[in-house]
Amino acid sequence: MSKVVFQKTKALTDKEFSFCAGCAHGIIHRLVAETIEELGLLDQAIGISPVGCAVTNYNNFNCDMVQAAHGRAPAVATGIKRVLPDRIVFSYQGDGDLASIGTAEIVHAAHRGENITVIFINNAIYGMTGGQMAPTTLVGQKTSTSPFGRTVEHSGMPIRMSELLATIPGSAYIERVSVHNPLHVRKAKQAVKKAFQMQMEKRGFALIEFVSTCPVNWGMTPKDALKWAEDKMLSYYPLGVFKDITKEAQE
Amino acid sequence: MAKLMMKGNEAMALAALKGGCKAFFGYPITPQSELPEYLSRHMKDYGGVFLQAESEIAAINMVYGAASAGIRAMTSSSSPGVALKQEGISYMAGAELPGVIINVMRGGPGLGGIQPSQADYKQVTRGGGNGDYYCLAFAPETLQETVDIIKEAFALADLYRNPVMIAVDGLIGQMMEPVDVDRPIPDYDLPEKNWAANGTMGKRERNIVNSLYLKPVELEEHSLRLFKKYQTMKEKEQRYEIVNGEDAEIMIVAYGTMARICRSAIETLREQGVKVGLLRPISIWPYPEKAFDELSPTVKGLLTCELSTGQMIDDVKIANRGRLPIGFFGRTGGMLPETEEIVAAVLDMLKELRHE
Repeated sequence: MSKVVFQKTKALTDKEFSFCAGCAHGIIHRLVAETIEELGLLDQAIGISPVGCAVTNYNNFNCDMVQAAHGRAPAVATGIKRVLPDRIVFSYQGDGDLASIGTAEIVHAAHRGENITVIFINNAIYGMTGGQMAPTTLVGQKTSTSPFGRTVEHSGMPIRMSELLATIPGSAYIERVSVHNPLHVRKAKQAVKKAFQMQMEKRGFALIEFVSTCPVNWGMTPKDALKWAEDKMLSYYPLGVFKDITKEAQE
Repeated sequence: MAKLMMKGNEAMALAALKGGCKAFFGYPITPQSELPEYLSRHMKDYGGVFLQAESEIAAINMVYGAASAGIRAMTSSSSPGVALKQEGISYMAGAELPGVIINVMRGGPGLGGIQPSQADYKQVTRGGGNGDYYCLAFAPETLQETVDIIKEAFALADLYRNPVMIAVDGLIGQMMEPVDVDRPIPDYDLPEKNWAANGTMGKRERNIVNSLYLKPVELEEHSLRLFKKYQTMKEKEQRYEIVNGEDAEIMIVAYGTMARICRSAIETLREQGVKVGLLRPISIWPYPEKAFDELSPTVKGLLTCELSTGQMIDDVKIANRGRLPIGFFGRTGGMLPETEEIVAAVLDMLKELRHE
């Protein structure tokens, strides 16, 4: 007799992902979708697709989806959540989208304490457009627009969005996670779950930042990319909880 | 209902509420700030949402979000602010979302000034956003007409699933006039919003609101479908008024506040026995080309009058199709002409036409 030990979550459609082989977007989509299913939110969920590599993820999340202009997902999410406060609204955004062109929208969504969940993918580069420098690109990192490596003099230090957003009084839960090994994948799922639960409990703005990979534009194998993420990115982008108002309330 | 004496911006806000607006997102800018201020006080009485956004860009994207969820939403701003909203307006047109955008126009370009202007004509009628799209656009003349059109705009936006722009100048926003906000609007048989992304609630297939078509063949198909919709608008939504047209030798073409000033000039000229009339576009997109086909055979020339250096004149040329000589009179930068200036412009044109 056979027993099902693993199956694809109902919160993902059968449409295949549009991501490059070895990219961590697929894992993160699965974690978000599994969480939505496990919390019983699929019927009430409305997701916002960004501009960037995840632009067509409205084909993948098996719930109502709205595609937003570059960086504007938090404003679009605000518009939806304000008129339908009992729905579960989440955005999925990359670092070009959230940390560059959409900084005003994300800062002010956090500032207003919008009761939404944001999934933020930081892979230190623009993936979709072909590997240009992002605000999150590490110092010394070579990209197609920092061909000699990013310098502080020219482009400043990489921006740490989780730390920044945690300083805003309106944010409720901010955590940075990684998916470079199975242990961290499991931890990341707990964080995503917490972020959706915060919204269900109407506690306000929650954001989970994923340190992610871009093997193609980093010019690495998927395996080397995971190693690079662990070795190079985690020292500048430390994992952990930066804001948790439920903890603060207990203290 | 009895008429109320109201300031333009406040009357427009109340009209939106009466038109079924349930969500407003905006950013302060002169000369329209009384509009969001009024809604911040009264939106809750109508069970709706008011939110001051961090920018005009965020505001229009909030409208995009609320409209995606199937809720009647609007934003208002003035010229430089409407410039910032163009990205979101293009996305709304592409994703076929209804919404109302009010532009209380001031002088430009750049930061320009804060006095009344009609210098956004091209921005409004040609769309400042990217792509093959149009907004329905109305340019009313009085507060009563503004109120009536705003109420109807929500129905038209739903009917066509397209953004509707209301272009008034700062004078209409700032002046006071008696208005009846309860005048009925035409009945529309509006389709159910079964496309809205408001959560499936387990009752239907999922909905996707989107303007991305990566396959050219699909984007062309989508664009042609939009084009067909715009053609329907062109057939059905051309609106205009003809004043003193039957025997006119010269027809002034003017809209909004400029049309009001031209009415005074026409009165003065008629008293002097000069036969002059007014063709007043109410819809500026679609442009009322039909009106130009129905002009009296007595008309020998058209005088376009605008609060700009001449933007609508291009549409007058298109609609005229080379039939009549076209003159122009304009003041810009927030300057309003005296009646006498328009009277003089008409007399000058008449002289030229008669080769005097």
